[in-house]
Amino acid sequence: MSRIPDERPLNPKPEVITELRRLLPAASVLATEAELAPYECDGLSAFQQRPLVVALPETVEQVQQIMRLCHRLEVPVVARGAGTGLSGGALPLADGVLLSLAKFNRIIDIDPANRSAKVQPGVRNLAISEAVASHGLYYAPDPSSQIACSIGGNVAENSGGVHCLKYGLTVHNILKLKLVSVEGELFEVGSEALDSPGLDLLALMTGSEGMLGIIVEVTVKLLPKPERAQALLASFDSVERAGAAVAEIIGAGIIPAGLEMMDNPAIRAAEAFVHADYPVDAAAILICELDGFNAEVSVDVMRVRKLLLDAGATDVRTAADDAERLRFWKGRKAAFPAVGRISPDYYCMDGTIPRRQLGPVLNRIAELSAESGLAVANVFHAGDGNLHPLILYDANNPGELEKAEELGGAILELCVAVGGTVTGEHGVGVEKLNQMCVQFNSAELTQMHAVKAAFDPKGLLNPGKAVPTLHRCAEFGAMHVHHGELKFPELPRF
Amino acid sequence: MAEQLDANTEQAIVEQVTASRSAGTALTIHGGKTKAFYGNPVSADAELDCSIHRGVMAYEPTELAITVRAGTPLAEVEALLAEQGQEFPFEPPHFGDQATIGGMVAAGLSGPRRPYAASVRDAVLGVRVLNGKGEVMDFGGRVMKNVAGYDLSRLMVGSLGVLGVLLEVSIKVMPRPLGRITLVQEQDQPSALALMQRWAGQALPITGTAWLNGWLYVRVAGSEEALSETQRILGGTPMANQEADAFWTAIREQQLDCFVGERALWRVSVPPATAADAIPGADLIEWGGALRWLRSEVGTAVDADHASTVGAISDAGARIGSESESESESESESEAGAGAGRGTVSSARACVATGGDVGADGVSAEAVRALAAAAGGHATLFRAAASIPLPSDGVFAPLSPVALRLHQNLKQAFDPDGLFNPGRLYQ
Repeated sequence: MSRIPDERPLNPKPEVITELRRLLPAASVLATEAELAPYECDGLSAFQQRPLVVALPETVEQVQQIMRLCHRLEVPVVARGAGTGLSGGALPLADGVLLSLAKFNRIIDIDPANRSAKVQPGVRNLAISEAVASHGLYYAPDPSSQIACSIGGNVAENSGGVHCLKYGLTVHNILKLKLVSVEGELFEVGSEALDSPGLDLLALMTGSEGMLGIIVEVTVKLLPKPERAQALLASFDSVERAGAAVAEIIGAGIIPAGLEMMDNPAIRAAEAFVHADYPVDAAAILICELDGFNAEVSVDVMRVRKLLLDAGATDVRTAADDAERLRFWKGRKAAFPAVGRISPDYYCMDGTIPRRQLGPVLNRIAELSAESGLAVANVFHAGDGNLHPLILYDANNPGELEKAEELGGAILELCVAVGGTVTGEHGVGVEKLNQMCVQFNSAELTQMHAVKAAFDPKGLLNPGKAVPTLHRCAEFGAMHVHHGELKFPELPRF
Repeated sequence: MAEQLDANTEQAIVEQVTASRSAGTALTIHGGKTKAFYGNPVSADAELDCSIHRGVMAYEPTELAITVRAGTPLAEVEALLAEQGQEFPFEPPHFGDQATIGGMVAAGLSGPRRPYAASVRDAVLGVRVLNGKGEVMDFGGRVMKNVAGYDLSRLMVGSLGVLGVLLEVSIKVMPRPLGRITLVQEQDQPSALALMQRWAGQALPITGTAWLNGWLYVRVAGSEEALSETQRILGGTPMANQEADAFWTAIREQQLDCFVGERALWRVSVPPATAADAIPGADLIEWGGALRWLRSEVGTAVDADHASTVGAISDAGARIGSESESESESESESEAGAGAGRGTVSSARACVATGGDVGADGVSAEAVRALAAAAGGHATLFRAAASIPLPSDGVFAPLSPVALRLHQNLKQAFDPDGLFNPGRLYQ
């Protein structure tokens, strides 16, 4: 797999460094090798590239000036928040400006009456909930990296978390964005009301991976904290039965706040790491959280408990108190680093599948894993079908990274084949460009490029990410496998 | 689900678009024409009828998603969902029996449950759409989480057909709540708004709020235990369920007298906590304060006979009355009789404005828009009698220069020859 963004000829213009120093204080323009090193990758460390220069603006006016400058000089710009992204969306370009929004870290306004908050893009996800907690409110999307990840990055990737089934993704929880266009103009999309006139540019901007504009302010929607949250932990002796239990719960008309599955390798890794008292012999566990109105939660806990036992759970525990509930979650939330302890390296995938394909897909992943010789641990946002297979490998063994990427690619193509998608919440970035060729045909990709050009005719905002060129897809040779045309004929599908 | 899908209708639509492109003729896209009143007038040479393209492509209740062709009647889809104990969480208005799924998505309008559950846009998971070059494209999918490529499916929602022809839509569905109850209490507008905000700040299972004619209506949904507990917190008197359902239908479908007659109806979308006097004269408030409806007599004389509309029974009102009577005759009758003392469909029907009516002297679009914008929202001239001249810049609030340029560029990116619904959204 190509470890660079989509092919584009390099055209370094060192004069941009000089010009940036005229716009910003000396400490806000980084250009030495030592200064650039921390920016050479985001959360996807397999891809590394130092930028030409890093700019650290502090004001919207400075962002506008930087964009005007880069537009004039035709220098590409990659925006970066906290750098926790898992798809290489903030991977720098060798001839580009890396625009860090780290200094935009202020909560501008909290409006408890309208249940919204206006924040700068560099504010950490969890910091929003902490700042509004005294009003009995919180910001719902909770990616596992919420301690570190920034709200601007969340918007750029349309981040999810473990509570999406009930509370939605970032796109469902923001009201308004203030952006700087590639030409340096300031504009807004969305409004403080529940809708705004014209096309839904707020939805289009969300998840656009820094390709359409630079986010400089985000107005988020806040929700009242649920009166009560209760969690159950169910053990199963097969992943199929655990998958069937998920369908039973949803079929019964219950929408849990979170519904997570882990397979045995993931359970063992998590247990060894955080001692959450997980059943290490179970083939799979389900963590089901119910929240809301106290009277409603009480009824639903009893219903879910019965549904889980009827679906073949070998054991169902109901958290006795909040401490136990948080312990149930502790292992799940630590699953990635836990796997990181048992393997020198791991590669996290992010496909989404229709829930009922879970059994066949996990079985096929096990086969692919055996074929490649690399172990896979699975954690799964079971409620919304978002699968995170973690491929274990050792980058020091020659060829293993390539093998891991190949296995990952095969897993994502499998997700597309069963009616799913190559990325549920981590984004395409540079990582999944080839798989985009599997999911979309040339007319669809051409339409996406036309949308990009509507915002950025010169192609200066994060070029080469998110949407592959037709040329690349032709080379990848996958254009014929569109919409799952029988890549895996043995699997049931729509 | 057993219905036979016509394999040729998509091709027929593609061929008509391709032919129009060659001939350079613009098209008005329609399904059931129930929302034809909404948006700016279209100047087109021919019609493109999408109602021929109907049928359910996929529906698996445990996946919480349905995929349907755009011309499928909305009522049929809702009936299919109801059989499985599910529904669209955004409670879409039909505005007529012929309403289609495509029209629902293209108009992007949601009903009373919108602030408490989701909007149409929130629930759309994927689309199959035909662009102006005659290319059929799929965006999004049938799964809840999907960030592959730009979110072009949600971009279609509310686009009023100016970007492309919707062929199929995948939409998230939700379980129907176990039970529901509507509580009514007498409140003036400022107190009603204050209560709506107080309730919205707590995790209560509210699924609808409306203020009308001095009465505050709140609908909650859930288990029996949740309903009785919520009732204790909210206060108010419960309505009979049949009557309550008729009331919320009338609100959603705009069958109350406020929405009928020779006048302009402004839809004012604002932050929910906007003060009552910031948007004076709202006849009906929905969405926990975030949606306010204003009648005005734009460009016409004041309705001198305004008082006579009070209590007048519109066709819609009569229909609601007959529905509730069929199920709970005596209760409905007695409540109607006591309408002056208690909020009922009958007393609400007239939707008397409570003074400070913006429309009293006839109101300019500029004035309504200025009020909405000052509050952080926007105003749309939602309906207007044929006799009422439309604002020169259209029924929607004007866009900023940058946003307008982006709209024009996006239109160009999807429909370079300007075939689809020219002018419906913006010029």
